[in-house]
Amino acid sequence: MKTPKLLTALICGVCLSAAESVYAETSTLTVYTYSSFTSEWGPGPLIKKAYETRCQCNLKFVGLEDGAALLSRLKLEGNRTSADVILGLDTSLIAEAQATELLAPHGVNTANINLAVTWSDSYFLPYDFGYFGFVYDSERIQALPKTLRDLMLNPDSPQVIIQDPRTSTPGLGLILWARKVFGDDDISAWETFASKIVTVTKGWSEAYGLFLKSEAPMVLSYTTSPAYHRHIENSERYRVAMFDDGHYQQVEVIARLANSKNPTLAQNFLKFMLSDDVQKILPTTNWMLPAVKTGQPLPEAFKESEIPKVILDFTPEEVSTNRKNWIKRWLGAVAK
Amino acid sequence: MRVLSGMWSGIAVVVFLLIVIGGSITLTAMTSTSVSLSSALADPYLIGVIRFTIGQAVLSTVISVGLALIVTRALARRSKFPGRRLLISLMGLPVVMPVIVAIFGITAVFGKSGLLNQLLSLFGMEQSFTVYGLTGILLAHTFFNLPLTIRLLLPAWESISRENWRLASMLGMSSRQLFRLLEWPSISDRLPGICLIVFLLCFTSFAVVLTLGGGPAATTIEVAIYQALRYDFELSQAALLAFLQLSLCTVAALGLLKWFRVFAATSGRKVDASDRPDIHSTTGKAIDVFCIGICAIFLLLPIAMIFYSGIRGPIYKVISDPILWLASGRSLIIAILATVISMLLAMGLIKSVRFLREKTKQQKGAELALTIGSMTVAIPPMVIGTGFFLIALRTHTLAHATLIMIALVNAVMVLPYLIRSISPPYIQAGEQYYKLCRHLGLSGLQRFRLIDWPIIRKPTAFAVGLGGALSFGDMGVAALFDTDGQVTLPVMLYHQLGAYQFDEASVTAVFLLLLCVAFFWAINQIIGR
Repeated sequence: MKTPKLLTALICGVCLSAAESVYAETSTLTVYTYSSFTSEWGPGPLIKKAYETRCQCNLKFVGLEDGAALLSRLKLEGNRTSADVILGLDTSLIAEAQATELLAPHGVNTANINLAVTWSDSYFLPYDFGYFGFVYDSERIQALPKTLRDLMLNPDSPQVIIQDPRTSTPGLGLILWARKVFGDDDISAWETFASKIVTVTKGWSEAYGLFLKSEAPMVLSYTTSPAYHRHIENSERYRVAMFDDGHYQQVEVIARLANSKNPTLAQNFLKFMLSDDVQKILPTTNWMLPAVKTGQPLPEAFKESEIPKVILDFTPEEVSTNRKNWIKRWLGAVAK
Repeated sequence: MRVLSGMWSGIAVVVFLLIVIGGSITLTAMTSTSVSLSSALADPYLIGVIRFTIGQAVLSTVISVGLALIVTRALARRSKFPGRRLLISLMGLPVVMPVIVAIFGITAVFGKSGLLNQLLSLFGMEQSFTVYGLTGILLAHTFFNLPLTIRLLLPAWESISRENWRLASMLGMSSRQLFRLLEWPSISDRLPGICLIVFLLCFTSFAVVLTLGGGPAATTIEVAIYQALRYDFELSQAALLAFLQLSLCTVAALGLLKWFRVFAATSGRKVDASDRPDIHSTTGKAIDVFCIGICAIFLLLPIAMIFYSGIRGPIYKVISDPILWLASGRSLIIAILATVISMLLAMGLIKSVRFLREKTKQQKGAELALTIGSMTVAIPPMVIGTGFFLIALRTHTLAHATLIMIALVNAVMVLPYLIRSISPPYIQAGEQYYKLCRHLGLSGLQRFRLIDWPIIRKPTAFAVGLGGALSFGDMGVAALFDTDGQVTLPVMLYHQLGAYQFDEASVTAVFLLLLCVAFFWAINQIIGR
């Protein structure tokens, strides 16, 4: 009797997904974001529920592959876009998003924002942030590198899996990170480091998946990754190597569209993203740190020792002008 | 006018494909500033990428097709052994796997901590096999294309008639003579078409090349296209690269076209390899068992590892998630729509190709039409997808036509599989029964129902099942069109992977594979019987 049940369920699935909800009497706020934000494990569903009860509106998330896909969708659509808000660009994409001239100033008071740098951008509003970091398998590594310099130059440092800067955000993050630490010497550092790289993957999922399957003892990820394993799996096995010479920062931002049909709704949503209700759920759903100090401390899984002391970043303009050239130089050093 | 009447369906399909291919590239190009082909070709980085792309594709094709010839011959010689049907069915799996699942399966066997290295370390060789590099690329491409080639080649062997085997037997032919005089003539007319598909698939390979290639030295043109579309937002650069890729693939196709041969007419009756004179020797048996065994281990171990990690995952948690079923439903709709569209396109084209051969004896023209139908693999789905997206955007149909768009792109992408499996028997049936049909006054639907259908239904079932399963497992296109937050099963899998849900994802992967198999099986039950 199992087969008919499955079949019924499948048929129901077919029917339900075919029947699209066409009832939209209340106004709808459309938010373009990346898919892991809006997936059932991300903060999206919780935010939708909380916001809809308070705004008497529909909140519609459109989940695109990642931040870059989000920007490229926005550029493709131009003035025809149906987005009211874009959520999930990071600092390396800000300058290019700004150049589309599709955005409107957020008009939100930024006094509460609690980042390492003072935030003065009038179009983009940070809602969370994190740091790139090398996550390692404590069952396979004893001697840890203490700095990025050590990791990249020391012949005894562990093997790593990283992501490609041409196709992924953390991949680009590491280029910028190395650039901050080594300056113009980054190329020779990369040349030395190349022998330690097991492989360079298309995106974070491939890299982290291979790392969990023990293909390398270390992987480029985020400093908050161990918090996930601690919080959800109750495991201390995967930890992050904290570097004295600093960690590159990634700030995720939200902005509203200039020709949105619901400007007030959009602006309220921006404010809502900075409210306690949202900020307190971000750490354990988006695995990033809240951009606004919330009334309560971070969940226990987030350790003070895993928050970098030295913070590195470039301005969006610096990234935008140099990105292509730096990637090209990187290719020259690593692709041999 | 009579010539035109048989040609309209093919002309319509070819025009449609040319519009899709040309239109998507042009539309993508028009969206941003122009770039020149000559300056692109002067870029040493790009030249390196092109050389690497061609090199790995040629090597992968030679290896996949070469090995497939050996294994298929062994399978053809052993037409009865326990598990043969199951083995051949399981061979469909690598083709339909989402790439990331295949990568995890392959590294579970050949990776640094994979089975192979665990075995080697028993003999004191610690981590002595490195998969990352050209090895990994070739290994993965063989994993994908060896079973596909076997499935496409096997019917060629089965089309050799019993009379021929008996005659060969009476003449006392050796195994080598059998191959040269009977088997080669019957497979060589399909080989260029099959080589073309495999070459195109390897040429346009992306995530596998990047991940198993070990670093940016392993970059295909497809990677550069993705980079241009996604991270640099240089649409005209992307269009230019797509055009370049298409041109290179066309050159390859035209090169292979020269070797296309006239189909040898054989009786299409089901034969039994037991009529072969060369299957009784012990050495022959041993060789066949060895070939089939090695191939089975190579293909089934990674699949087994995927199932193993799926079974250990949180099965109940994943299966009881209603979104999984919604996503499956959506994937199923896409697969069915794509299959129907693709089938219409394929039959329209093949019908006219056969007409061309029968009425005008235009062999090259006929092959050219089939080749155009196969070239769709050479267009990056991202570029076709972007083109379709722009069309939908400008016609304000984006909100309503999402499903159709995804299905259309998938239909175009799987078209080559349908063409390459259905056209040989369909054309053969035409050649064999052309005179009979004329004699009996059979034409049109009647001829199709009575003569053609019984001959092509099996290969059709295979191709449609495969096409459907491929669309079911599609990822790139569906993600591109998301407008309403509804996910397909492969997209859901990627969501899980993006949210640290690796154990859940391995369950979803197995679920996805099982549904692909079920789809494939259902189609074969409905059509193939």
